[in-house]
Amino acid sequence: MALDHRALGLIVPDMTDADRWPQIDDETLAQIALSRDEYIRACELLDRAPTDVELGMIGALWSEHCGYKHTRPLFHHFPTEGERILTALGDENAGAIDIGGGWVAVMKIESHNHPSAIEPYEGAATGVGGIVRDIFAMGAQPVALLDSLRFGPLDDARNRRLCVGVVAGIGGYGNCLGIPTVGGELVVAPEYAGNPLVNAMCLGVARREQLISATAGPAGSKLMLVGADTGRDGLHGATFASVELDESSAERRPAVQVGNPFLEKLLMDACVGLVREHRDWLEGLQDCGAAGLTSSTVEMAERASAGIIIHTERVPRRERGMTPYEVMLSESQERMVVSVKPDHVEDVAAWFAQWELDATVIGEVTSDGLARVMDHDVKVAAAPVRMLTDAPTYEPASARDPDAAARVAFDPATLPDLAPAAANAALLELLASPNIASKRWVWRQYDHQVGTNTVVTPGADAAVLRIRGVEQALAVCTDGPGRAVELDPWAGAVRAVAEAARNVGCVGARPIAVTDCLNFANPERPAIYHQLRESIRGMADACRAFDAPVVSGNASLYNESDDGPVLPTPVVGMLGLLARPELAVRSAFRNEGDVVLLLGAGLPQPASSLGASEYLAVQHGLSAGPVDVDLEAERAIVNCLVDAVETELLQSAHDCSDGGLAVALAESAIGGGVGVHVRGDVGERLDAALFGEAGARAVVSASRDVVAELSALAEKHGVPCTEIGVVGSDRLIIADVINVTLAEASDAWENTLPKLLD
Amino acid sequence: MRFAVVAFPGTWSDWDCIHALRDLGQQAERVWHRESDLDGYDGVILPGGFSYGDHLRCGAIARFSPVMQAVSRLAERGRPVFGSCNGFQILCEAGLLPGALLRNHSLQFRCQPQYVRVERADNGFTAACEGGQVLQLPISHGEGAYHAAPDVLRELEETGRILFRYCDETGALSDDANPNGSLHDIAGVLNAQGNVLGMMPHPERASDPLLGGTDGNLLWRSIIERWG
Repeated sequence: MALDHRALGLIVPDMTDADRWPQIDDETLAQIALSRDEYIRACELLDRAPTDVELGMIGALWSEHCGYKHTRPLFHHFPTEGERILTALGDENAGAIDIGGGWVAVMKIESHNHPSAIEPYEGAATGVGGIVRDIFAMGAQPVALLDSLRFGPLDDARNRRLCVGVVAGIGGYGNCLGIPTVGGELVVAPEYAGNPLVNAMCLGVARREQLISATAGPAGSKLMLVGADTGRDGLHGATFASVELDESSAERRPAVQVGNPFLEKLLMDACVGLVREHRDWLEGLQDCGAAGLTSSTVEMAERASAGIIIHTERVPRRERGMTPYEVMLSESQERMVVSVKPDHVEDVAAWFAQWELDATVIGEVTSDGLARVMDHDVKVAAAPVRMLTDAPTYEPASARDPDAAARVAFDPATLPDLAPAAANAALLELLASPNIASKRWVWRQYDHQVGTNTVVTPGADAAVLRIRGVEQALAVCTDGPGRAVELDPWAGAVRAVAEAARNVGCVGARPIAVTDCLNFANPERPAIYHQLRESIRGMADACRAFDAPVVSGNASLYNESDDGPVLPTPVVGMLGLLARPELAVRSAFRNEGDVVLLLGAGLPQPASSLGASEYLAVQHGLSAGPVDVDLEAERAIVNCLVDAVETELLQSAHDCSDGGLAVALAESAIGGGVGVHVRGDVGERLDAALFGEAGARAVVSASRDVVAELSALAEKHGVPCTEIGVVGSDRLIIADVINVTLAEASDAWENTLPKLLD
Repeated sequence: MRFAVVAFPGTWSDWDCIHALRDLGQQAERVWHRESDLDGYDGVILPGGFSYGDHLRCGAIARFSPVMQAVSRLAERGRPVFGSCNGFQILCEAGLLPGALLRNHSLQFRCQPQYVRVERADNGFTAACEGGQVLQLPISHGEGAYHAAPDVLRELEETGRILFRYCDETGALSDDANPNGSLHDIAGVLNAQGNVLGMMPHPERASDPLLGGTDGNLLWRSIIERWG
């Protein structure tokens, strides 16, 4: 798979004398996922050929996974600053946000797609382990996990095996840590069949003064490795994550690590406690994740503009005969690197010993700017830190996918409308679609209450967490509408952010920050790069509109298999701030007689609102139509929802998204165990009125005596507000065309995943 | 009252229990498992979690921690010892309670609200309840199926040592209402003296109206009334 990177825009040094450098065979290059041009660039920068160990280190640090080769040039689009934002994007292991009262929230989302495709349980489990370490590496106590999952259709045994294994792995690891898993998504589409997406998000909290950087600190500081012994597991994991999956991928199982959540729990408790009690002993704290000791120590040195020296023979091993190369590139889990002031090495070792953890000095910080690796007395690597972290960047050719362009131009009005007599069946079928059906089967396997802070539990628009000692509460959710992004990358990505903002808005929280996971296929292909670039621009525009900067994230490219590319799936993790936890509003209807109102565009909808909808996919087998977005309307409805919650006008609020108004009504009714009767003119298109997915809408309920106040509030925000019905009875009745019992609707919605997966 | 809330490596409900007790005005202190002296404490809580990562068997390693000797001594002195979730598993492994907790019959972890029926209210742990009262307490476990030999189960039944059973909203017992396959729908059992209780549900997660329920406080209040 020789690629001409110059044709893709690589700026490489002049190659007049390429033959100066020793020959290297394709197999070696493939193993470390470096192109021939990148190899030559490395030689030019070093002014010599790299040693074996250096070559491995360069391959790992210049991998897409560590080096963000195709995404880094695009990050300038993102808004990254704000008065609450305490970290610069990409500078630390996670982003930190001031939430008031001297407290900060710390968050990040990360993918573990490739490992999960090969070994679903351990792949997903170690994904959780990695993201949790990113949070406590900042000195923060992890308080919540979310998981955004994508699989191929669940009627296929292989996809079912992946789904069951991934869910078990997330639960197996997260439950053992005592961090509640409070939300996420499960989306099914044929495009994910060969390459599932497993994104894990973690949220932590810390006192502001407890934040710690992943820096090496000044020369002379001691680097201590804490936690698990180092083995051969996960060698080349970072490079494996940066190539496409094919039939030989199963042979790369050694690249998948095996997790030990018990060890992680000890490591987490010990590290969080150490930073809280003895911040003054430390210079920095860093997770040992992808590319193991190589990336952790080199990145620490880069942040300190320093050098490092690592003595590989001092690294505790779990296997005999490991080479320095293997030690530097092992991705053994549950390890942290601590940079310690020289006087406190003994103190730190004693601290970790309380948790029966070993902390070993493996090296120190130097002032020469080199990353030096020693094996006893033999120098096996000595490359400039700046050179190692300066991965080449690419801005390849970009072109709109002609097939998607044709499909986005499709006019749903050309389809026959839904016959009124078929409306009940259409609703029940949508409720039973795995993308809409209840995800209880998933989250009942996750401990979502440990910590006794989960005020709004999974299954809601967003989870709400109380933070003891803080007046406000945090709301979190994830969203990533791959189908819409494929059709229109910019608008689909706007929709991802807008839906996430509406989700936190529905519980009463104002969006304050975003973390994102960019899941795309091979960016070296113009259509994929176009998706990547345009969706970054879309997310950036939407984040700006909501004043929710991007504080952290992760890119996972090359997500494709023999079946083709995955849907372009930027997953947005949204953090919202709620005035007080007891204000939180749920999606379920609460009281018979409450008035049901539709915030946003009214009942009649144009056929175009069916673009990219679940209805078109389920009823017509189509992924087509326009993806309309209106950021001004989205912002207005979120502000309106938050104000309505803060003034305690709402009994329930539920975002109108997948499956449209009819599904939103059904979900609120099922959740509340009470029916609803909606009246009104559905306009010219019944299918669009019931199942259209126009944005900026929410179904709310309120007691009769506050309806006037609510309408006035909506008007103030410029949000249309239509009284459409009343909560009551045991039936779901919509505009005289839908009339089903709550039991029927509930059966379709609740039992789909158990039937498929148990 | 002054409670020792024991933390083993891997315990995670320690702080949840401490908060629940302190919210009721009690003293609750986190005690690391290496502590061998619990004199001065009026009662012990063994909270939930994955002590020692559930390696070997749930609770099998924790029972050897130094603190367990002190827990036994406290139990012998008639002080209340309460284990929930992993704490229940540890009490069974330590022989302070009969039986064992096996893997849920679904073979899956289950975290959900659960109804349990108070089988008797003349006990120190349930004095604030009515006999037959149905409580809603969350469960969160993968290995909560209570098993014991037939003669042990008979003895537990005959001597009234089954304190809680899984049930539905009305208090009726059924396979559907039993979340893990426990024999005799057992959710919690007592020792012969009535001062050691193990149960799978988490009362500390139902001790705060903000989190949707306060039935757990009935259990804490009972303990405080009887032993405080």
